[in-house]
Amino acid sequence: MAYPKNYRYTKEHEWVNVEGGLATIGITDYAQHELGDVVFVELPKPGTKIETGKSFGNVESVKAVSEIYAPAAGEVIEANGELQNTPEKINTDPHGSAWLIKVRLTNAAELGGLMDASAYEAYIAAKSTEASA
Amino acid sequence: MESAATPYKSVLRRTPLNAMHRRLGAKMVNFDGWDMPVEYPSSGGLMTEHKAVRASVGVFDVSHMGDIRIRSGGKPGGALAAVQHISMNDASKLAIGQAHYSAMLYPEGTFVDDVIVHRLGEDDYLLVINAGTREKDISWVQENTKNFDCVVEELSDAYTQLAIQGPRAVDLLQKVTDAELNGIKNYWFTHGTVCGLKNTLIARTGYTGEDGFEIYVPSDVATSEKVWNQVLDAGREFAAVPCGLGCRNTLRLESKMALYGHEISNKINVWEAGLDRYCKMEKGGFIGRAALEQARAAGLRRALAGIEMIDRGIARDGYRCCNEVGDAIGVVTSGSPSPTLGKNIALAYVPPACSAVGAVLYVEIRGQKCKAQVVPTPFYKRPKKTAVQQLS
Repeated sequence: MAYPKNYRYTKEHEWVNVEGGLATIGITDYAQHELGDVVFVELPKPGTKIETGKSFGNVESVKAVSEIYAPAAGEVIEANGELQNTPEKINTDPHGSAWLIKVRLTNAAELGGLMDASAYEAYIAAKSTEASA
Repeated sequence: MESAATPYKSVLRRTPLNAMHRRLGAKMVNFDGWDMPVEYPSSGGLMTEHKAVRASVGVFDVSHMGDIRIRSGGKPGGALAAVQHISMNDASKLAIGQAHYSAMLYPEGTFVDDVIVHRLGEDDYLLVINAGTREKDISWVQENTKNFDCVVEELSDAYTQLAIQGPRAVDLLQKVTDAELNGIKNYWFTHGTVCGLKNTLIARTGYTGEDGFEIYVPSDVATSEKVWNQVLDAGREFAAVPCGLGCRNTLRLESKMALYGHEISNKINVWEAGLDRYCKMEKGGFIGRAALEQARAAGLRRALAGIEMIDRGIARDGYRCCNEVGDAIGVVTSGSPSPTLGKNIALAYVPPACSAVGAVLYVEIRGQKCKAQVVPTPFYKRPKKTAVQQLS
């Protein structure tokens, strides 16, 4: 699956897409692949303040619980309610319809330190090599 | 996002099929010190593998399991006496070619490990043990059979063990063996030619709650890979898939089969684990018996209950159980979504008073009290074959 060029990526495998002052956050295709079948998603309510690097929710596969970390601070404007009934969308469309939350960022400059698509692709390629060594 | 199955780099033990799993693109995890496949994205992943076993057939590499042979030292009966001393089921009831579930116990009546005991010959037994407890089990057996006239031999690395599980397992395996599989009852075994390998042990056993077989073949890589491939090729018409430890766990949990370190351990006794029917107090002395007698007289302090989540949330291993007002009453030993039932299920140790079917309790999930209730177990029981199916 291609990594959208206009997104920014974290080392913990979240993506961020900023449009019109609003940041949409999700988990990457690599992340969903590592997790396996996603069966449960727990997201913050609108109005919740999230802090950089702190966990704001969980994605669960059959095997395990994974925390999702905020790439930047801000206030949650919307959580993707559809994932409550169709968490498996995270496996099929992680970069699109299975976004997790929309956030009004406190300081958009925080995203400057994140990876762009090609840096992220190199990052996960290195990880896979390491795993199969 | 930080995955629990984070890739690692360290010295782990590998089964002879390790390279095969990697070629198949399996997701590998550290399981009790073993580098094992947890799921195969090429099979469709855990959920698909689980459903394949319930609906048709799946193939597992379970070569990490250990094997201990105990045979007569000369005088007949020495091996049987040793097996009787170190395990709780009554091995004197086994016919040659029969196996049963049993356990080795500490003097406290708690678990060294659970085992499948196979009677290979007149005074000749094979104990199949868990991977994570191999070394401990072997020293335990050697130490506690010293005074018996028997020979203890570790054969763990001699075998590649494949589990072929599911309602079509019999049809699959019949294609690659000359043994008459319909004649083998559940928990019996035979020896036959499998994939051209003479005298292969074929047991109608498993850890999935389905019908199925476990076969034991020589552990060199070439033979192991050849058998793996031939079995999967033979399974193509039944849509057989390679299956990892992920679905092995969800399958056994639905069937309420114990996992060492979870439902059974050195802290939990036989009565608490609810394994009474495999513990034959009347057979005579065995390690752990005296403590179990005392424990029975003292009464149960906790019992293993099957629970189903009512509130949204997945109970996981180690989560606390509490009552309505939030007092801790127990702990979850295994918990997962059930692919067959579409519900979130778990096993938990709770006070006997809270373990009746229908009882409501709560599981603490990340600080939230989530409602659950005790349900009958096993969560899943395989449908009985109809007469027509049996004849076909």
